[in-house]
Amino acid sequence: MSAQVSSNRAFFNKLKKYYSWYTGGFLVFLVVLAILEQMGLPRVWIGYVFLFATIALYAGIGIMSRTADVAEYYVAGRRVPALFNGMATGADWMSAASFIGMAGGLYLQGFDGLAFIMGWTGGYCLVALLLAPYLRKFGQFTIPDFLGARYGGHVARFIGIFAAILCSFTYVVAQIYGVGIITSRFTGVEFQVGVFLGLAGILVCSFLGGMRAVTWTQVAQYIILIIAYMIPVVWLAVKHTGVPLPQFVYGKVLEKVSQREKQLDTDAKELEVRKIFADRAADLRKRVAALPKSWEEGKAAAEKRLEELRAANAPLAEIKAAEKAVADYPKSAEDARKAWTAQANAAAARAAPVLHHAVPYYSANPDPVKAEEERNTKRRNFLALVFCLMLGTAALPHILMRYYTTPSVHEARKSVFWSLFFIFLLYFTAPALAVLVKYDIYTLIVGSKFADLPGWVAGWQKVDAALLSIADINMDGIVQRAEISIGQDIVVLATPEIAGLPYVISGLVAAGGLAAALSTADGLLLTIANALSHDLYYKMINPNASTQKRVTISKILLLFVALAAASVAAQKPADILFLVSAAFSFAAASFFPALVAGVFWKRANKWGAIAGMVVGLGVCFYYMATTQPWLRGVFGVTGPVSDYIWFGIQPISAGVFGVPAGIAALVIVSLLTPAPDKQVQEFVEHCRYPNLRGDTIDTLAR
Amino acid sequence: MQLTEKHREYWQRNLNITIVLLAIWFVVTFVMAYFARPLAEINFFGWPLSFYMGAQGSLVVYLVIIWYYARKMRQLDIEYGVEEGED
Repeated sequence: MSAQVSSNRAFFNKLKKYYSWYTGGFLVFLVVLAILEQMGLPRVWIGYVFLFATIALYAGIGIMSRTADVAEYYVAGRRVPALFNGMATGADWMSAASFIGMAGGLYLQGFDGLAFIMGWTGGYCLVALLLAPYLRKFGQFTIPDFLGARYGGHVARFIGIFAAILCSFTYVVAQIYGVGIITSRFTGVEFQVGVFLGLAGILVCSFLGGMRAVTWTQVAQYIILIIAYMIPVVWLAVKHTGVPLPQFVYGKVLEKVSQREKQLDTDAKELEVRKIFADRAADLRKRVAALPKSWEEGKAAAEKRLEELRAANAPLAEIKAAEKAVADYPKSAEDARKAWTAQANAAAARAAPVLHHAVPYYSANPDPVKAEEERNTKRRNFLALVFCLMLGTAALPHILMRYYTTPSVHEARKSVFWSLFFIFLLYFTAPALAVLVKYDIYTLIVGSKFADLPGWVAGWQKVDAALLSIADINMDGIVQRAEISIGQDIVVLATPEIAGLPYVISGLVAAGGLAAALSTADGLLLTIANALSHDLYYKMINPNASTQKRVTISKILLLFVALAAASVAAQKPADILFLVSAAFSFAAASFFPALVAGVFWKRANKWGAIAGMVVGLGVCFYYMATTQPWLRGVFGVTGPVSDYIWFGIQPISAGVFGVPAGIAALVIVSLLTPAPDKQVQEFVEHCRYPNLRGDTIDTLAR
Repeated sequence: MQLTEKHREYWQRNLNITIVLLAIWFVVTFVMAYFARPLAEINFFGWPLSFYMGAQGSLVVYLVIIWYYARKMRQLDIEYGVEEGED
């Protein structure tokens, strides 16, 4: 017993030493690259060095941790200390969207974006209080394992497998997509090549060593991603406040941003630009209303103009522009409707008043009754989104699975604390970053002359106009706020340049984003492969399979799932962001009630759990299919959205209806059917106590 | 096996702690967000209070909740003799 304690301690000390050296080594690597950059190393080389050095590093850890042992492969031998499991969970949790998209989302949405910050952290309270310690005591390999053991039979387990794959697959596609974007942007390789490069990085790690390799790689990835996030923000904070602790001083910056927003509300030039956009939107809507006649007229006019220019021997540039206008003209009246409606919406969005960043549920509607209505709808959506994100966090299998890997129940409880601590470091920095960047743009860019724009503006406009574009709409040579169009991802990507840091830091940020995407993809792939190999194959199809065979099958499945996810990602699916957020509602509605009732309500039985999961998933699915534009198209739902929408809640928060429906079904059906037998009662008691002396049940899988 | 009175008391105390902590969690999350507009009138070191809570304050409370639960439950485990022998 005490030999085990001291061996655990020795292991912890060894890990601490390794990762300290690793962090030091990484910082030295950064300094060396920075010196090489000063000596003239080209930028594209810096991108390559970061990409290949980090992927080689993860592969190295994967190869060193290779294993064919079942407990090592599925749960890293259950000896991951709380602190390191916390770091691994942090990397597992923070995806490409958290790393690259979060600060940008806050920039665009202000207070309302904080729903993501709160939802994605507060969910860990539920993990700590309601799930992690009990799952650790149960001590098997997957989440469907718990459903199968608690509710008996194969049906509950099977629904668990289905839900786990449904949530994890869309999520993993998004991660691989993110890997493709980052690698192609920073090294110039093709998007598809980037996807498969990233895939190689994911596979060497999870394929060889399962959970064990993934855990130790995720710790390494966490260290890189947190360094990459902090350096530019700290620098930017020094630039604007003189204090290198952005999280504690940005309140003052926020006050200045709020004052500036009030000025912009009445600024004559700003209003002029907004008026131009509003006119454009109105004009486009008029043309849509006059279809198909307006399409024919427009086509004739464009052709006529080209003829005239040619006849008048106009300058070549003008002729080229006219030719392009003819070539780009919508091919049919139906195409024109789509294109012009989209353009009208985009113009209307840019005509909108300035968002007041710090104001909760902001509405600029001049009609006080309508404004109040808008604010209340925004508040309802904020609450619903926080609810779904929190319960979804506490039900995503790839996160819950991590708490099987600690040495004890107590370590599992501590480990949730460390998980949230490491996630917190990034999440309480993101709102600060959003405010600092906003301050920079509102005070240094807005009001400056177009001729004086800093170099990074032109650079990023060239990379992708959707990320950043600034055009002189009212032709006065001065940048107005409404003339700037910003994409979500630019905030994190451009921060190093906004802060005036060398290119090596931009490369570091890309490496951080890559680490975030790869680590999440690793965890998710493992979840899917385990659900198929352990739950479906071993538990349901062939319970006599040898351990050797189980691990081999898991590895083969992992390969197939990874290839399938990569080929979906390579198609660049359009609604990927929606699918990812939908995963939270689905996880919340399918797993949360059944898992929590499994521990806290002995009366919950098999039929109740099955009904709860099916009804929860069904309600979520119905709500999304009838209210989300893309799904409406897929399922051929016609008729106005307002007929289907309940309380103005967005489809992303469908879980707010799915979860209560699932709970109700679980309770009602459980009470209508016989209570579970004595064995199940004892199983529940077994899970509730870290150590019951005289306990006859042993659920630990070794 | 048959649970003793002591075991039941342990579980009851665990439930009480869980309920109190969940109530705190609920207040800093949902009650705060519901009243975010009046709370925004209060200035907290430069931040409107509701913005501060959403961006930092609630997160700190979440961390304290989880930290306290792990600590308290460890004490309960030992007090009621259900702690693990680190085997």
